[in-house]
Amino acid sequence: MFWQFLVAVIVVASWQSLVAMKLLDPFFVSRPSAIAARIATWTIDGTLWRHLIVTIEESLLGLIVGAALGISLGFGFARAPAVARVFDPYIKMLNAVPRVVLAPLFLLWFGLGIWSKVALAVTLVFFVMFFNTYQGVRDADRVLIDNVRMLGASERQLVRHVLIPSALTWIFSSLQTSLGFAMVGAVVGEYLGATRGLGYVISQAEGTFDTTGVFAGMTVLAVVVVIVSVGVSRLERWLLRWKS
Amino acid sequence: MLELDRVTRAFATPDGGTYCTLRDISLKVGSGAFVALVGPSGCGKSTLLNIVAGLLRPTSGRVRVGDEELAGLNRRATYMFQQDALLPWKDVRDNVALGLVLAGRTRADANRSADEWLARVGLTAFASHYPSQLSGGMRKRVAMAQNWIIDRDILLMDEPFSALDVHTRQRMETELLALWEAPRSAESFMVGRAFQAIRKTILFVTHDLEEAIALADDVVVLSAGPASHIVARHPVALERPRDLLELRTSAAFIDLYRTLWAVLREEVIKSQRERSRA
Ligand SMILES: Nc1ncnc2c1ncn2[C@@H]1O[C@H](COP(=O)(O)OP(=O)(O)OP(=O)(O)O)[C@@H](O)[C@H]1O
Ligand SMILES: [Mg+2]
Repeated sequence: MFWQFLVAVIVVASWQSLVAMKLLDPFFVSRPSAIAARIATWTIDGTLWRHLIVTIEESLLGLIVGAALGISLGFGFARAPAVARVFDPYIKMLNAVPRVVLAPLFLLWFGLGIWSKVALAVTLVFFVMFFNTYQGVRDADRVLIDNVRMLGASERQLVRHVLIPSALTWIFSSLQTSLGFAMVGAVVGEYLGATRGLGYVISQAEGTFDTTGVFAGMTVLAVVVVIVSVGVSRLERWLLRWKS
Repeated sequence: MLELDRVTRAFATPDGGTYCTLRDISLKVGSGAFVALVGPSGCGKSTLLNIVAGLLRPTSGRVRVGDEELAGLNRRATYMFQQDALLPWKDVRDNVALGLVLAGRTRADANRSADEWLARVGLTAFASHYPSQLSGGMRKRVAMAQNWIIDRDILLMDEPFSALDVHTRQRMETELLALWEAPRSAESFMVGRAFQAIRKTILFVTHDLEEAIALADDVVVLSAGPASHIVARHPVALERPRDLLELRTSAAFIDLYRTLWAVLREEVIKSQRERSRA
């Protein structure tokens, strides 16, 4: 913790002093004090919250929808290998599509509002959840399945007591990645066309060569990601507490 | 109670051939009998139990349970697997209660029975631990309670104690005999069956001849694979209840051990020769 903090202090301090010594041009890299001041202004005048709320809302919706689709489809495919074989190349093809090229399409289909960003986040989250669920169900320990069946489980009970928990360990382990992806989807979507959100703020700043605004937006984004991932790893540790 | 009629099982090998694991196994196990199966490693003991459990179908031959031919899972048996089979995400109490919950008993009711069983196997203090937090011996005791709580007529056990140290092992063997010799629980009343003073039928796989003789009424020796068959079956004429600590030095025990070891030894040597050739 101490060393991590020290690294941040050194980076910020040398950045600030290099700019002060005119070795770096603040037009291109801004300076930490200006960035901090900008974030403070945004916090006070409410800009920050107005945009941050939108980004978080889009990310969460993307996560929820993507997870719901990915988990149910992953589960279905794992239970029906014949279907999985047929669709396997298509899933792989879809996953290979670069998401950036989808963004304009989604703008066209879902408009400038939050739903085009949610859709973009969904396309990222879906595949992570899908592959992990599929793998988790396929990977369920044969002996555990046999044991539970011998103890009298019906197919439904088998799913509930073995297959879902077995897949959940995989799903939870990928929650971190999924959340990151959801935020990336939301921000990229906003960046490419929106009227609100952190991505929009950054793209506006870039449009006016306001590097301070760009760095301030990126800093806010980074801080949010760190806070969220600490929360997620807490949750993950609690949910997977039986693993030791 | 349990009858195998010329049961044969073959598996496909990776190179496209077939490997015959068991050939023409015929075996009758009386109701309430404790039968031990011994044989060299890899001869097909687990395969045989899987067939009796209904998890694996014989390539040919039939299995009769009671007076019905076995089709699908054996609903009159529980199975203690060779590997760890506790659900890692359920704590000890939930693992033990599992069979009752699956049978539709209420959570509170199932937990009450589970706690009774935990007391019987001496794990009350560990009810809220997860399997990964237990020692190997404790896990086996949980598995024992998990199997015993649903009172089925047949218990299949696949080398349940072979991974344990000598002392833990002896304790577990004693506990197993005590459970088996005790009258069946009042559970049988509650599910409306006639009270059965009769014991469970146990099919106990081990590679340890001493353990087999010490516990069982009958010891069955399987030959080395491939195409393993039954080479000997001996009744164990030692009276019950048995004192496992004293038993092993008694003359009757040693005699029987000699007789059976003469048979098993051949098979173990054959199986080792087979392996060094492969
Ligand atoms: N699912 C399977 N597919 C292919 N071969 C199998 C399968 N299960 C068992 N066999 C083969 O059958 C033989 C007997 O295996 P099995 O596990 O029944 O032996 P075992 O007597 O229980 O051995 P051990 O004492 O080591 O547990 C082995 O040669 C094994 O390779
Ligand atoms: Mg085995």
